[in-house]
Amino acid sequence: MSASKHGSLLQTDPHTKKRNAAEKRFRMYGLSAIGIAVIALVILLVSIIGNGASSFRQTYISFPVTINAAEIEAAESALLKTGAYNKIIQTSLLTYLTENDLLQDIPEADAFGMISDEAGATFRRFILADPEAAGTTFQLNLLANGRIDGYFKGRVTAQTALLDQNVTPAQLVLADRLADQGALVKRFNWAFFTNPDASDQRPEAAGLGVAILGSLYMMAVVLCLALPIGVAASIYLEEFARKSWITDVIEVNIANLAAVPSIVYGILGLAIFINFAELNQSSPLVGGLVLTLMTLPTIIISTRASLKSIPPSIRDAALGVGASKMQSVFHHVLPLAAPGILTGTIIGLAQALGETAPLLLIGMVAFVKEYPAAWSPDAGLFGEASTALPVQVFNWTQRSDPAFVERASGAIITLLIFLLIMNALAIFLRKKFERRW
Amino acid sequence: MTNIKISAKGVQVYYGDNHAIKDVDVQIEDKTVTAFIGPSGCGKSTFLRCLNRMNDTIDICRVQGDIRIDNEDIYDPAVDPVQLRAKVGMVFQKPNPFPKSIYDNVAYGPKIHGLARNKADLDEIVEKSLRKAALWTEAKDRLDAPGTGLSGGQQQRLCIARAIATAPEILLMDEPCSALDPIATAQVEELIDELRQSYSVVIVTHSMQQAARVSQKTAFFHLGNLVEYGVTDKIFTNPEDPRTESYISGRIG
Repeated sequence: MSASKHGSLLQTDPHTKKRNAAEKRFRMYGLSAIGIAVIALVILLVSIIGNGASSFRQTYISFPVTINAAEIEAAESALLKTGAYNKIIQTSLLTYLTENDLLQDIPEADAFGMISDEAGATFRRFILADPEAAGTTFQLNLLANGRIDGYFKGRVTAQTALLDQNVTPAQLVLADRLADQGALVKRFNWAFFTNPDASDQRPEAAGLGVAILGSLYMMAVVLCLALPIGVAASIYLEEFARKSWITDVIEVNIANLAAVPSIVYGILGLAIFINFAELNQSSPLVGGLVLTLMTLPTIIISTRASLKSIPPSIRDAALGVGASKMQSVFHHVLPLAAPGILTGTIIGLAQALGETAPLLLIGMVAFVKEYPAAWSPDAGLFGEASTALPVQVFNWTQRSDPAFVERASGAIITLLIFLLIMNALAIFLRKKFERRW
Repeated sequence: MTNIKISAKGVQVYYGDNHAIKDVDVQIEDKTVTAFIGPSGCGKSTFLRCLNRMNDTIDICRVQGDIRIDNEDIYDPAVDPVQLRAKVGMVFQKPNPFPKSIYDNVAYGPKIHGLARNKADLDEIVEKSLRKAALWTEAKDRLDAPGTGLSGGQQQRLCIARAIATAPEILLMDEPCSALDPIATAQVEELIDELRQSYSVVIVTHSMQQAARVSQKTAFFHLGNLVEYGVTDKIFTNPEDPRTESYISGRIG
């Protein structure tokens, strides 16, 4: 066996050992970085879902109600109509409780307090929608008070009820009796997605209806403006403009705009769209315009990147057979770049959907109870006051009632689901239309 | 006097400050194959791209001098480069079919130039072009298959078919065989010889054997100058300029 200059291959020399150790260390750094990210994500999801999942189920009280035409007429002519309807509900509830001997020693006022303040309005809407019901007895599902709902979700206990002005231990006892009777049930909370916001006193009635609608309107505005403007600007800059110091300045500025804090766009929107152009405050139109400005740089940058990634040989080929510049772009380059453009647009939209700060400045933080119409003669297109999903989260986290913590987390989950759907759509489109050459 | 198709006088090309083509005069004959040879970076491709104004797409490129095709100045402001490129087809170094079907690749040129009045016309043009490019037998049963799915040699012949589908008079080929294997190269060379019947072909190549095999006239470029231009046999057997002699014998390049 002859000793070679390099020594035996079966023995690792010190230098190689050192290199291998460095490689191993680097792997560990990478693994721990990913580990930290995953743990953070898990903690985030667990805390949000733990807090918010219960908002998708809501406690309802259901019992038979009787109403006749005279009572309806009397209620409709009263000054406080929902108050009058509340009285009818209370009478019916009392009848139901005494018939089933559930009340026993519990004061009547406590029993009435278990029903949400929203019940009168719900009942009235029901009667007006279905006048045939007059004179009959029918089963009515009414929202339970937020504290009762909290009791069934573990938020309220007999101990906390003692210290709470809004609920008494006796109500919790009655709630248990009603639940045994099957009159108190938790059901899927569709109203969470369709109801408008509600006041501090009735968290059980608060929903995301207006916020979702407002966010949808804004996304429509952003899509209709940012996509064509962004794509046209990118095509011009990438394919037609001669490279000069002007295009360089524009390019640097677009990159800078993408990094501008979003609240700055809010101030800009306030100054230009509301103070100068006098568009309606709190309207999805203004919100959409502000978000368009914010999304444009993202769309332009991603569109330019996907145009750049199309090999120049395709352009040469098109020009070589005598296509004009525009034909080469629209027949060949743009279809190949479309998946990338779509992905960039959807990611830009997702970013806009989750944006809060600029909307606060243009007044979308207002309490809005009326569903905004897409068009109205007074306010114009998307001109009616509205709110948006992330702003609703911000709003609810500021309220004192713990029931709103649950609502806010539920709204975050809803927002995350929308974002997840959009990103999944982006990935799907990219995979589907991606071409290889 | 033979029929002159392209006549260039005093052509200068600049890339920014770089003087890429220096005072080139050349007369290219109709229905012949003219080869441009020379070492890398000598300007042969640049000069070729002047002939259909493909250099227009490069911002920093400036072309001076006089280039005439059929005695018309192609750099005249009245000339639309799009029309020029329909008359002067081009095949590129790397096969670059559109990521579309074989049929659409060939039909694209005739479509945008309005050469076909109806589908039957277009079908005929596609078939004729593919036949001329010696691809018809291989492609006729898969016209809907993507052009990018063909082999390298087939792709290059598809590009030739695409170029001749617009009925050009001149065909420019920029190192058309450099990305192909020897068998595909032989097929394309055979094709070039046939194309000579109908077109005047200008081919850039860095293979001297290829120039000798396919061309009737050869131009030797060196450092942006046209060193020597003449009948291929003479250039390869009895060059006048010592630089040509050195290149052909393998001492430079």
